[in-house]
Amino acid sequence: MSVKLSGRDAAFSVAAIILAVAAMLLLQGAFDVAFAQMRPLGAGPRAAPPPPPSGLMGWIFAKQAEFYRALTGGIRAAKTDNTAVAGLLGISFLYGVFHAAGPGHGKAVISSYLFANNETWRRGVVLSFASALLQALVAIALVGIAALIFQATAKMMGDTVRIIEIVSYSLIIVVGARLLWVKGRAFVNELRSSGDDHDHHHHDHHDHGHDHHHHDATCHHELEPAQLAGPGGWRRGLSAIFAVGLRPCSGAILVLVFALAQGILWAGIGATFLMGLGTAITVAVIATVAVGARGFAGRIVRSGNGWGMHALRGLEVAAAVLIIAFGALLLAGYMASERMFI
Amino acid sequence: MKYVDRFLAAIFVSLACTVPALAHPHVWVTVTSQIVYAADGAATGMRHSWEFDDVYSTFATEGLPQKTKGVFTREELADLAKVNVTSLKDSDFFTFAKANGKDLTFGDPTDYWLNYDKEILTLHFTLPFTSPVKAKDLSIEVYDPTYYIDFAFADKDPVALVSAPAQCKLSLHKPEEMSMAQGQKLSDAAALSGNWGVNFATKIAVTCP
Repeated sequence: MSVKLSGRDAAFSVAAIILAVAAMLLLQGAFDVAFAQMRPLGAGPRAAPPPPPSGLMGWIFAKQAEFYRALTGGIRAAKTDNTAVAGLLGISFLYGVFHAAGPGHGKAVISSYLFANNETWRRGVVLSFASALLQALVAIALVGIAALIFQATAKMMGDTVRIIEIVSYSLIIVVGARLLWVKGRAFVNELRSSGDDHDHHHHDHHDHGHDHHHHDATCHHELEPAQLAGPGGWRRGLSAIFAVGLRPCSGAILVLVFALAQGILWAGIGATFLMGLGTAITVAVIATVAVGARGFAGRIVRSGNGWGMHALRGLEVAAAVLIIAFGALLLAGYMASERMFI
Repeated sequence: MKYVDRFLAAIFVSLACTVPALAHPHVWVTVTSQIVYAADGAATGMRHSWEFDDVYSTFATEGLPQKTKGVFTREELADLAKVNVTSLKDSDFFTFAKANGKDLTFGDPTDYWLNYDKEILTLHFTLPFTSPVKAKDLSIEVYDPTYYIDFAFADKDPVALVSAPAQCKLSLHKPEEMSMAQGQKLSDAAALSGNWGVNFATKIAVTCP
């Protein structure tokens, strides 16, 4: 879908689309964090926020609840009947797919990160799967080590999760701050130089963490994924994976402890991995859309006038700020909840 | 064609970006409550009995020291009960009471304990109103606004009045099984206020003419 546009009107309409998308991203992020997370009964893993159901959402919501119940029912069944395990794993996968619509799976952070960083869809998918896998591993490690080795209580596990959360949320802020530094400078540079050169063509290109460059018409338009994964490329992504994937989801912990108590921890571990797989698929789809939106916007402004490019760079900066805001709000929610639930 | 492409892409992107985060219940509680009255006819508070689902019961008791496997005594659960009621304070005990339309507040729970029977944990506690209240209309709801916890009243004897004046009448309005459309209509206002769980709340009403 290569789109060539010319003329001021077209540029304005494009800018309007981009701004609308950005506003919705912001809105989504706000819903994700607006309802400060809390731990309901002191011992439980952190509760998650609610928000607005609509037709599709109401359906996803109903499916979430349905699959979660089926999931815990599956563990009950698997205790006495080995053949129930296949069903349990299938349900876990489906639950993961729907559950990723819930908070705490880093959709917003990953999407903003990909948008701001102008990443490839391939990296978006890898990022989604890696963070979901890490999330599953953390849950398994937590329950495995805490419950099996240390005979830890639910409260101790909850306290451990809270420490993990502080690290995770702080990392989100660091990732956002780093992006803001890179993108903010690029944005400022671009604004400055555009004042001197009106005919300048701005090219959509990938940022390697160096200063932003302006290219002449001779520059290449696209970088290969391999180049992206060059020095520092994957390492850069690693920080995002850890930031998003470190915090285990409360559903997985509940399921694991329940499976452990039934004497079938292995079934809980299998369920957790399949839950992660399902989650990864949903997050990857959303991430791919974010990448698509960014690429789409990039293609449009490349052929438009300079203001479209400024808007795009501005949005990248906004996405970086958004990531910092996510981290800060999550961290603040933690502080509040620690005061509340000891 | 280009424009159609662009239009569709914009719509697709916009939709995908608005997928909001939805919490769903992870903990289920079956509630049995009593509303307690003093000799002068004023309501003094509530006696709650909350039965947790088996998964949460298992989780909450994980790793707790026990003398006999499979059995937890009230003493062995005392610390957990304390953690629970202390934590509940910050969620307003998930209990929302109004006297003649005005919000009531609660004091610290008294007389609280946990009971463990057939792998199910039940939390008992007395929740006193900050001051006893005489009201023509007393309404009480028990729910988690975030809907992380699903509170449902027991089918059998969900609510009782204890030593209430004879003219007081108790009524219960259970949430209807909602169709998708109804749910959507109902919850829009609630969603805006961040109060989604209220859609699933049972309303207790006591009228004392």
